[in-house]
Amino acid sequence: MTAADFDTVLPEVLLALYAMGALMYGAFAGKDRAAPLLVWVTSGLFAILALWIATGRGGATAAFGGMFVDDAFARFAKVAILLSAAAVMVMSQDYMRRRDLLRFEFPVLVTLSVVGMMVMVSAGDLIALYMGLELQSLSLYVMASLRRDSPRSTEAGMKFFVLGALSSGILLYGASLTYGYAGTTQFAGILASLQGEGEVPLGLLFGLVFILAGLAFKLSAAPFHMWTPDVYEGAPTPITAFFATAPKVAAMALTARLVQDAFGAIPGDWTQVLAALAVASMFLGSVAAIGQRDIKRLMAYSSIAHMGYALVGLAAGTAAGVEATLIYMAIYVVMSIGTFAFILSMERDGQPVTTIDALNQFSRRSPVRALAMLVLLFSLAGVPPFLGFFGKFYVLRAAVDAGLAWLAILGAIASVIGAFYYLRIVFFMYFGREGEALESRMVPAQWATLMGSAAVMVLGIANLFGIEGVAAVAAETLVR
Amino acid sequence: MDNVLSIITFLPAVAAAILALFLRGEDPAAQRNAKWVALFATTLTFAISLVVLNGFDPEDTGFQFVEETTWVAGLTYRMGVDGISVLFVMLTTFLMPLVIAACWSVETRVKEYMIAFLLLESLMIGVFCALDLILFYLFFEAGLIPMFLIIGIWGGANRIYAAFKFFLYTFFGSVLMLIAMIAMYVDAGTTDIVTLLGHEFPSQTIAVAGIQIAGGLQTLLFLAFFASFAVKMPMWPVHTWLPDAHVQAPTAGSVVLAAILLKMGGYGFLRFSLPMFPVGAEVVGPLILWLSAIAIVYTSLVALAQHDMKKLIAYSSVAHMGFVTMGIFAANQQGVDGAIFQMLSHGFISGALFLCVGVIYDRMHTREIDAYGGLVNRMPAYALVFLFFTMANVGLPGTSGFVGEFLTLAGTFQVDTWVALFATTGVILSAAYALWLYRRVVFGDLVKEGLRSITDMTWRERAIFAPLVAMTLLLGVYPSLVTDVTGPSVAALVADFEAATAARAEGLAQLGPAAAQGGE
Repeated sequence: MTAADFDTVLPEVLLALYAMGALMYGAFAGKDRAAPLLVWVTSGLFAILALWIATGRGGATAAFGGMFVDDAFARFAKVAILLSAAAVMVMSQDYMRRRDLLRFEFPVLVTLSVVGMMVMVSAGDLIALYMGLELQSLSLYVMASLRRDSPRSTEAGMKFFVLGALSSGILLYGASLTYGYAGTTQFAGILASLQGEGEVPLGLLFGLVFILAGLAFKLSAAPFHMWTPDVYEGAPTPITAFFATAPKVAAMALTARLVQDAFGAIPGDWTQVLAALAVASMFLGSVAAIGQRDIKRLMAYSSIAHMGYALVGLAAGTAAGVEATLIYMAIYVVMSIGTFAFILSMERDGQPVTTIDALNQFSRRSPVRALAMLVLLFSLAGVPPFLGFFGKFYVLRAAVDAGLAWLAILGAIASVIGAFYYLRIVFFMYFGREGEALESRMVPAQWATLMGSAAVMVLGIANLFGIEGVAAVAAETLVR
Repeated sequence: MDNVLSIITFLPAVAAAILALFLRGEDPAAQRNAKWVALFATTLTFAISLVVLNGFDPEDTGFQFVEETTWVAGLTYRMGVDGISVLFVMLTTFLMPLVIAACWSVETRVKEYMIAFLLLESLMIGVFCALDLILFYLFFEAGLIPMFLIIGIWGGANRIYAAFKFFLYTFFGSVLMLIAMIAMYVDAGTTDIVTLLGHEFPSQTIAVAGIQIAGGLQTLLFLAFFASFAVKMPMWPVHTWLPDAHVQAPTAGSVVLAAILLKMGGYGFLRFSLPMFPVGAEVVGPLILWLSAIAIVYTSLVALAQHDMKKLIAYSSVAHMGFVTMGIFAANQQGVDGAIFQMLSHGFISGALFLCVGVIYDRMHTREIDAYGGLVNRMPAYALVFLFFTMANVGLPGTSGFVGEFLTLAGTFQVDTWVALFATTGVILSAAYALWLYRRVVFGDLVKEGLRSITDMTWRERAIFAPLVAMTLLLGVYPSLVTDVTGPSVAALVADFEAATAARAEGLAQLGPAAAQGGE
């Protein structure tokens, strides 16, 4: 049996071994000379692994007595995680190098956190869940404070760590309560214990709520979002780009798996929690972003709002809902990467600029980039015909299908409020007053990422690149 | 030519993509090329759209030129036209070359300007052809983006405020419509408009938050769609974005806005509100008739008080759209025929009036009525054209403006005499503000210094006005051109509506005694 188990976790094992090897290589090859090479190798490895996971594996297998599950759902999330991490690393290389941040720890930490995320989305047990989550979080804490000599970056890391530790504590407490009342840490066992009885023990519900609160923190869903704006603003921009993409996919997939696999028998008890989180996130993200002047903080609130929409799909509690969430996350990740590629290129005299009024009349100087950004912003706002609209359409439809029309209406209202601040960036780019210009150079990798994701937003409306069918299969394996 | 509708829908977008990808530079030669490409693309689109008109069979009340392909999310890409929509497609393709020709004098960011208009044309044609709810929504909403940019970049001094107001007003209305569309999908299990037209949505009285809603789900859906279309129309009292948007938009933007974009609201009422929610329309209809009548009188009075020419014409547009909503919700053959006719005729007339303002604005760079006077001395040809369209706007018999107003009033008279009476006073008021505007701008002595050297219309401007004059006259003396095409489809629509409301009246009559007993 061990060989079969090993085969199931092979991608994770390979990545973990690679991380060790890269660490050794970096340590012995001398300080940071190895870093550029490592970034490319790591990105390439991610892409190859993603391809392998997407095409080379099939069916649903469980390893180590059900602690680790490999199914279509996990594979969907893993591919999204790996590809987004690879894209973020490629586009941020130049930024990191010129700010003397390109240390070999960067690719190693990314790899380790990706391993953590892959364990998270495959977790079939509360212990595996916690292990993956912590491996991911610990790597992210360090990455947030990667710029050691900057007080803000250090502060971001510190804040992230303290609040993250607190949320891990909450999650662990919930897990222990769940174990105490269900008698097992395995998702399948918890599900079985819930199916048997007539009444659900109160302690188990407490456990569920505490676990969800811990996960909501990782998702940066309101009201557990407080760390997000500060960390997004303080961390170096490539790290922020990473925070906004892969970990969000992992946390969302983990939440979906937990509520469906472990608590699928009592949907009424968690859909209301998720719905409340979704409403709070959508509105807080939309309203609080209006006052922001810093584009990174703005993106933080934007990601809070987007997590709210993705949660709407989960709150529906149906296979269509999970499918909608997966599609939403995939679209969100592409949009975010494109937007951050643009933010990475915003600089003046070699210094990064993140205030949005620096974009004044940007469209006059760089019409093509401004157009790409326009497409991304309208897509983020959910304005048709761009892909972002389809993401919202899927989740809102799933909510209405599940009888949560009120949730869909609130989501629609929040999207109107949210449209305002995306429009304001468009406003600066196209209608703003003449101001100090941003530099017009853009690294090819960033340019390609920006253009690529904008093109996806436009071309994807033809058939979503076939992602719909894959997401449907993935959702089917989770919701039975 | 099985997919002729897709061709005319996406041809302008393809031209826009060609401009975006292959045209470089800001020099005059590049600008001229952009204009010629746009003019060529829109003219070609018009030529191809003639195929649709030629092959269209008015006797067939179903959809024609239908195309179907499966798409994402269980949706279908489905296009088609019937007697109600085909003329709107023609209106769009007919006006766009004129619009492009009208912005020949634009010099800032010409390429982007042309791209925005070409994309806008694609989206507008798409709205009129779409036969799937979500596809319709997609086209309907996406039109906001180019219009937002057109107002915001090339508009007047206060353009930012106007652009934001325009966007947020219409976006909010449309989001409610999206929710209603999802609810329709849940109830009917499809987003196919053809199927939905035959689907009967539940109309039993339901209680929401303790309030009894007559007409039930139909009324709620109707109101959600109403929120969107009424803003687009625009109806009093949600019309306030229109004068701001018009005043700040460039001339061509105003023409597109008044002549085509506003028609989307009326088209929406005819495509969705009336046939799909007949009970909702019956419940809310009387209210809308009165809102329309108020709109006609109130906005005509407001128009009287304006100092800005464009604002005056914008308010006059709101008043004329009041006739349209009145005709639609009179829900009889004359009313609905008249509403469609009025929309088409208003497309020509209001477009022409905004172009008239554009002609003198290009020369004097002001829209203040007080800045003009005595133009007839220097610009006789202009004075003639302006007079013609002023009279058409007033509704002089022999112009298309008369037919639309008369038919809608005749239709309304059969339903509610008081509304018709009240609305007719608006005709008098419209004569007052339009003729007064004309007198102040064109007649009198030429006393303003700046006007002494003003020149009459160029050949290009004359060429733009010629087809508009021809269409206004043609439809004025031979209205059957329109009513023959729309008639059968409208008759089918009205018959369905009457059947649905009669069925409900019967149901209520049967329920009546039972409900009375239950109440005791």
